[in-house]
Amino acid sequence: MEWFRISRDIPFMRHALLFNVISIVTFLIAVGSLATRGLNLGVDFTGGTVVEVAYVEAADLGKIRDSVARLGFTDASVQNFGTSRDVLIRLPVKQGLTSAQLSERVMDELRKDDPKVEMRRVEFVGPQVGQELFENGALALLFVSIGIVLYLWLRFEWKFGVAAVIANLHDVIIIIGIFSLFQWEFSLPVLAAVLAVLGYSVNESVVVFDRVRETFRNRRMRNLTVPKIIDHAITRTMSRTIITHGSTQIMVCSMLIFGGETLFHFALALTIGILFGIYSSVLVASPIVMYLGVSREDLARPEVERKPGEDGAVV
Amino acid sequence: MNRYPLWKYIIIAAAIVLGCFYTLPNFFGEAPAVQVSPLRATLKADTALMSRVEQILEKGGFKPGAIFLDPQSVKARFADTDTQIRAKDALQSQLGEDYIVALNLLSNSPGWLSALGALPMYLGLDLRGGVYFLLQVDMRAALAKKVESLSSDIRSGLREKRIQYNGIARTGQTLTVRFRDEAMRDRALAELTRTMPDLALKSEEAASGYRIVATLKPEAQRRTQDFALQQNITTLRNRVNELGVAEPIIQQQGADRVVVQLPGVQDTAKAKDILGRTATLEVRMVAEEHSDPATLQAAVAGQVPFGDELYYERGGVPILVRKQVVLTGDRINDAQPGFDQQTSEPAVHITLDGVGARIFQLVTRENVGKRMAILLFEKGKGEVVTAPVIRTEIGGGRVQISGRMNTQEARDVSLLLRAGALAAPMEIIEERTVGPSLGAENIRIGFQSTWYGFGVLTVFMIAYYMLFGVVSIIALTSNVLFLVALLSLLQATLTLPGMAGIALTLGMAIDANVLINERIREELRAGNTPQAAIHAGYERAWGTILDSNVTTLIAGLALFAFGSGPVKGFAVVLCLGILTSIFSAVVVSRGIVNLYYGGRRRLDRVSIGQVWKPAAQGK
Repeated sequence: MEWFRISRDIPFMRHALLFNVISIVTFLIAVGSLATRGLNLGVDFTGGTVVEVAYVEAADLGKIRDSVARLGFTDASVQNFGTSRDVLIRLPVKQGLTSAQLSERVMDELRKDDPKVEMRRVEFVGPQVGQELFENGALALLFVSIGIVLYLWLRFEWKFGVAAVIANLHDVIIIIGIFSLFQWEFSLPVLAAVLAVLGYSVNESVVVFDRVRETFRNRRMRNLTVPKIIDHAITRTMSRTIITHGSTQIMVCSMLIFGGETLFHFALALTIGILFGIYSSVLVASPIVMYLGVSREDLARPEVERKPGEDGAVV
Repeated sequence: MNRYPLWKYIIIAAAIVLGCFYTLPNFFGEAPAVQVSPLRATLKADTALMSRVEQILEKGGFKPGAIFLDPQSVKARFADTDTQIRAKDALQSQLGEDYIVALNLLSNSPGWLSALGALPMYLGLDLRGGVYFLLQVDMRAALAKKVESLSSDIRSGLREKRIQYNGIARTGQTLTVRFRDEAMRDRALAELTRTMPDLALKSEEAASGYRIVATLKPEAQRRTQDFALQQNITTLRNRVNELGVAEPIIQQQGADRVVVQLPGVQDTAKAKDILGRTATLEVRMVAEEHSDPATLQAAVAGQVPFGDELYYERGGVPILVRKQVVLTGDRINDAQPGFDQQTSEPAVHITLDGVGARIFQLVTRENVGKRMAILLFEKGKGEVVTAPVIRTEIGGGRVQISGRMNTQEARDVSLLLRAGALAAPMEIIEERTVGPSLGAENIRIGFQSTWYGFGVLTVFMIAYYMLFGVVSIIALTSNVLFLVALLSLLQATLTLPGMAGIALTLGMAIDANVLINERIREELRAGNTPQAAIHAGYERAWGTILDSNVTTLIAGLALFAFGSGPVKGFAVVLCLGILTSIFSAVVVSRGIVNLYYGGRRRLDRVSIGQVWKPAAQGK
C-alpha cells in the first residue's frame, strides 16, 4: 500500500500567505478568548472540592442541587459525568471553610435522599495548594519552552530555531485558547498533555528543517528558488509526517473513545495538539523561515564543520 | 552488511528474557490476604508470631494459601475475600490489641519470583482506591509553643539566681523581659546568654525601663520546626496503625508538610477522624486507700468506689485512680528516654511547661510517698501508662519517671507521652479519595484504551508495511514489555495518567519504525538494492529518531520535576517509555530484520508494501 503518490512538489509556499492568515486568525481568537473568557480552571488550580458520586438509577440533578444548597452552597455546580447515573459536584473554596470534612457532609446529605448513593471520588484542594499547583504548572511550561529553545538553538541556525519556537508556542496558545473557547475544564492532566504534545510536535519542525537543509546542500537542487526548496522538503516528508502522527493519533483516539470522562480532556488536548502540531510545524514554521530570508549561504558554514558520514536527521 | 555480531543478538535476547521475567508477576493478579504486624517496637514479627498465626488459622478452620514472614509482618493469603474477612476477625480477637491485623492484597506470583525481586507494578491510589492527604503543620504555633516553654525556663532560671525582673511578655515569637534597673538587666543578660543557647538576646532601653528582647535563633527555629514535624509524623503513624491499613505511607514533604497515603481505606470519615484526633494524656493520683486486692476485685466486678475510676495498667493489672485530673498532656513539652543519674535505671525524662511545673511541684510536695498515675486516652479509652511512687517534691518542671522499666519500655513510654499529642496543629490542605469501584474501573479503562489502540495500530502497520509492519509491531510489543518490566523493577507508582502515558508512548514509539520503513522505501525508490536500502534506512533514520525523542524527553523531565501525584506518574512513564522505545525500535527491530534478510546473498525484493515510483522522476 502506498498512499502518497506525489510526483510533483506541492506548492505550499505559494499559499504561505493563506496559511499565515489562518494562523493569525486562530491565534487571535485563542488570545481573545483567553483574555475575555479566561480558562475554566479545574479544582487542581483553583482550590475547592469535587465529589463524584454514582447512583443506581439515573440521578435527579435538581434534588442533588437542593441537597447541596441546604449545606449553604448555592454556587455549587452539579452535572452528569459521563453517564446519567454519575454525578460530579463541584464546590468552590469558601473562606473559613477549608476543612476536608466537607465531602463527608455532602455525602451525608445525599444519603438522606438516596441511601444507595456511592462515593466514587473526592478531591479537595486547599487554595494554597491550588496556587502552588498553578505556579508549578506555569514553571513546567516555562521550563519546557526554554529547554526546547535551547535545544533548537544548539541544533539549528538561528533562523530555523526562531521559526520553530514561534510555531510551537503558537500551538500551545491555540490549544489553551480552544479550551478557553469551549470552556472545557483545564486540569493538571490537560496541562501534562499540552506539554507532552509540545515536546512531540517540535520534532516535526526538526524533520522538515533537516530536509530543507539537506535540499539546500544538494548540488542537483542548486538552481531551485528558496520557496521551491521548502516545498520540496515538505512534500518529501509529508508521508512520514502523516503516518507517524496518524499512528499516535490512533492511540489517542482509543483513549478518547474508551478512556471515559477521566481521560477525555487529556486525550482531547492531545488530539488538538497533534493536529495543530502537524499544521504549525509544516505550514507555519516554514513560511517564517522564508520570511526571515534563509539562504544557501546561511547553511554553508555548518557543512564544513560536519564530519563526513555524520549527516543530520533526514527522512 | 545487514548482519549483527552474535553479542548484539545475545543482548537483545537477554533484554527480552529479563523483560519477560520482570513483567511476569503482573499476570498473576492479586489474592486477598491478611497482614499481621506488631503495634509496638518491643514485639517482633518473628517465627513465633508466624506459628501463632498458623495455629489460630488452623483452629478456626481457615485454609490459608500460604503464610509469609517479612521483617515487618506476617502475611497469610486466602482463596477468597469472605475467608479473608473471617480470618481477620479471628486473628484480631485472638491476638489482641498488640497487633495490627489488616486486610491486604498480595501478589499471586510464585515465591521464587518475589525472592528474585520481581514484583508486580505498584499501583497508585487512583487505580487501587484509597485516600491521599496532604497535611500542613502550623509552624507558627509550634514556634510559639517553644517560645512559651522557654519563657518559663527564663522565669525559673532568673528566680534561681535571684535576679529580679518585672515581667515577661510574649508577642508572637518574641519575648520581652522587663527590669527595674540596668545592673539587674546586665546580670540577667549574662545569665541568660550562658543558659539559653537557643535564644538571640538583645538589651534595650526604653522609656518604660530596661528590657531584654529575646528571639529564637534561626538554627533553633529550624530545630524546633524539625522536631514538630517529626513528632507529628510519629503521632500520625501511631494513629494510622489503629486504622489497620496494610501499607500506609507517611512522609515528610517540604519543610512543613506531611503526606499520608492510605491505600484501600474506604471509610474516609473514620480516617480523617482518627488523623485529626488529639489523644490526651492525664496525670491523676492513685486512690491509695482503695488499692487493696479486695476493693480492686470488687471494682473489676463493677463496684467502683465513689470519686474513683477503674483503669488497667499496661500489663492488665487493675488500678483505681481519682477522678480529679492533676495535669493534662498539653502541659508536657518533651519526653525523652534516659537513665536515672543515681541508680542508672532506665527512666523517662519529662519536661513540663511553666504552669505545669508549678502545679506539679505543688502536688508532689503534698503527696510524697504516694503513687501518681499517668494515663493515656486514645479511642476514648484510658490506659495507665505508668504509676510511679513520688519520692520527693519535684520542682522546675523536670520530671523523671523510673523504676520497673527496661530500656525498651522507657523508650516506649516516652514515645507514647510524646505521641499522645501533636507538637503543632495540622490541617488537611489536599485530599484525594478514590473509591474501590472507580479504581477498578480506571484499570479497565486504562487497559482498554491501550489494547484497542494497539490492535488498530497492528492492523494498519501490517497492512501498510507488510513484513516490515510485523517487525515494527514485534518491536512495539517488546517496547511494552520493557516498559512494564522497568516500571515493575523500579516499583514506580502506576497511575491512570501513567497508563495513558503507556498508550501515548506506544503511539510515539511507532514513529521511529515509521521513519525507518519510510526511509527504506525511499531508498528502494531511488533504485538502491534491497540490502543497501535496509542498511541506509536504519542508519539514516537514527538521527531523526534521536531528535524526535529529545524534545519529548525535555517535556517529560519538566513534568517530573514540577508535577505532582498522578501527573508525576505520567511523566515517569513518558520518560521511561522514550528510553525503551529507542532501544526496541532501533536495536530490536533491526535485529529481527537482520536475522531474516541479513543472511541472504541475493535479495531481489523485501516485503515492505508497495514501493511506488513516480513516472517522471527528477522533475
